[in-house]
Amino acid sequence: MTGLSTLFRKELLRFWKVSLQTVAAPVLSSLLYLLIFSHAMTAHIKVFGSVPYTAFLIPGLAMMSVLQNAFANTSSSLIQSKITGNLVFVLLSPLKSWELLAAYIGASVVRGLSVGLGLTLVALWFVPLEYHHPLWILVFAILGASMLASLGIVAGIWAEKFDQMAAFQNFIIVPATFLSGVFYSVKSLPPFWTAVSHFNPFFYLVDGFRYGFFGISDISPWICLIAALIGNAVCGGLAWSWLHRGYKLRN
Amino acid sequence: MSVSSTSPAVRFEAIVKRYGGRAVVDGVDLDIAPGEFFALLGANGAGKTTLISMLAGLTRATSGRVRVLGRDVAIDPIATRRLLGVVPQELVFDPFFTVRETLRLQSGYFGLGKNDAWIDELLHHLGLASQAEQNTRTLSGGMKRRVMVAQALVHKPPVIVLDEPTAGVDVELRQSLWAFITGLNRQGHTVLLTTHYLEEAQALCSRIGMLKLGRLVALDSTHALLSRFATTQMLFRVATGVLPAEMAARCKPEGHRIVCVVRDAAEVEHILASLRAADCVVDELEVRRADLEDAFMQVMNGSAHAAEDLRQAA
Repeated sequence: MTGLSTLFRKELLRFWKVSLQTVAAPVLSSLLYLLIFSHAMTAHIKVFGSVPYTAFLIPGLAMMSVLQNAFANTSSSLIQSKITGNLVFVLLSPLKSWELLAAYIGASVVRGLSVGLGLTLVALWFVPLEYHHPLWILVFAILGASMLASLGIVAGIWAEKFDQMAAFQNFIIVPATFLSGVFYSVKSLPPFWTAVSHFNPFFYLVDGFRYGFFGISDISPWICLIAALIGNAVCGGLAWSWLHRGYKLRN
Repeated sequence: MSVSSTSPAVRFEAIVKRYGGRAVVDGVDLDIAPGEFFALLGANGAGKTTLISMLAGLTRATSGRVRVLGRDVAIDPIATRRLLGVVPQELVFDPFFTVRETLRLQSGYFGLGKNDAWIDELLHHLGLASQAEQNTRTLSGGMKRRVMVAQALVHKPPVIVLDEPTAGVDVELRQSLWAFITGLNRQGHTVLLTTHYLEEAQALCSRIGMLKLGRLVALDSTHALLSRFATTQMLFRVATGVLPAEMAARCKPEGHRIVCVVRDAAEVEHILASLRAADCVVDELEVRRADLEDAFMQVMNGSAHAAEDLRQAA
């Protein structure tokens, strides 16, 4: 057993022991979105030609859940450990910074994918889905989860209070995911807002993920892939750098 | 892991730590030999925990070097963390896990997958066996402190650092903890202890360092420190009669009693004889040998010369 695998297992156990809160509750919330939006909007919105709006909605909601839960896992783990002080036993261990990064991200990816998969499986009872490119689905799910997990590490290290963490989540993560094309195709927006959407990194994750289901997307999946890789490099690089330097962790 | 057997277990070299221009540790030089049981004493804010944090790699020194068994903490942090077992001062625990899970996870961080035999031994010696499957958040403060000690020892570190490990815990834990730590020390583990319970330091430690305002003001063997300050005191109350002038000049009142510093039993007899000769009747007689607390108070409150003398003697 290595230090990395132990920390990975610990982070898995941490969310699994409260899976009602960390997995079941987000699945239920997303299902409620699905129920309300599909009921209210199906008659008013046309997306991707023949794709029913409810079917269009499912990958978007699944990706939103993946992103938000991956972020929540790392950020809550770090802020709780920092505030309660038990992070010291991780800092006193011989784990290298890349091992910390890999373990935290790995467990968050598992949580993100669990919620996304849970939502998709439940939603399948109501709406049949297509799977044009399963590999793209998997790639974007993993890249989206790992990018947000890295961002969660950054937020968890930066925040000194739960209040600051809530601000990061409510003023950055939630608006960015809601405005990333989860509920609509950005092509349906006025040109100005379509252009603005292209500055939202989460848009590329949602659009690429949706391409895997329908074989249709607002922009090329390759551009989405490049954006996702850049996002991972930036967020992962920053998270690694802060862990390595001990920024806000070691005086 | 190869470590230098000739190196001190812990070496602080000209360590300075400043926060906003204020030095909380100010030029500390200190070597702790392998196998030593060493106490670092000082009032709150003297710099003990900062020094230990620098040793543990949790705080970076402004200048100077810290080495563990010859390895530089700043240059080789991963290796030095393997050599150290640190019990932090703050009471911390992870509320998601049981005691056994906590110790298994801590073992795993050090790459020890099969460590249950040692974990069971730790649980037994620290009186945690019956709480092993209990969640840590349900434990009392003293029990949580025991878990922290066990966490620091899961990888059998050659250097054990205990930052006020008995703060706020009951007598039973103190006794069992010290019996266990003393046993580890006999097996060759170096122990660095900070405590406000000076009788513990006196009973356990072979050498003592005293910090005052970030400076090491005393460093000597426990025996030498006690000898230096071993001013046996004779205390008594004059029930009837008037204290002779000679006695009034050399002794001082302390409450309703008179305190005289004496060297030996002959001097006690001499004082008693003088009192009898002056028709004084004394009661509440007590002869008290100075302990580490007296030495500590004298160093902390005494003159700069006394501290300088001690440093030079060291």
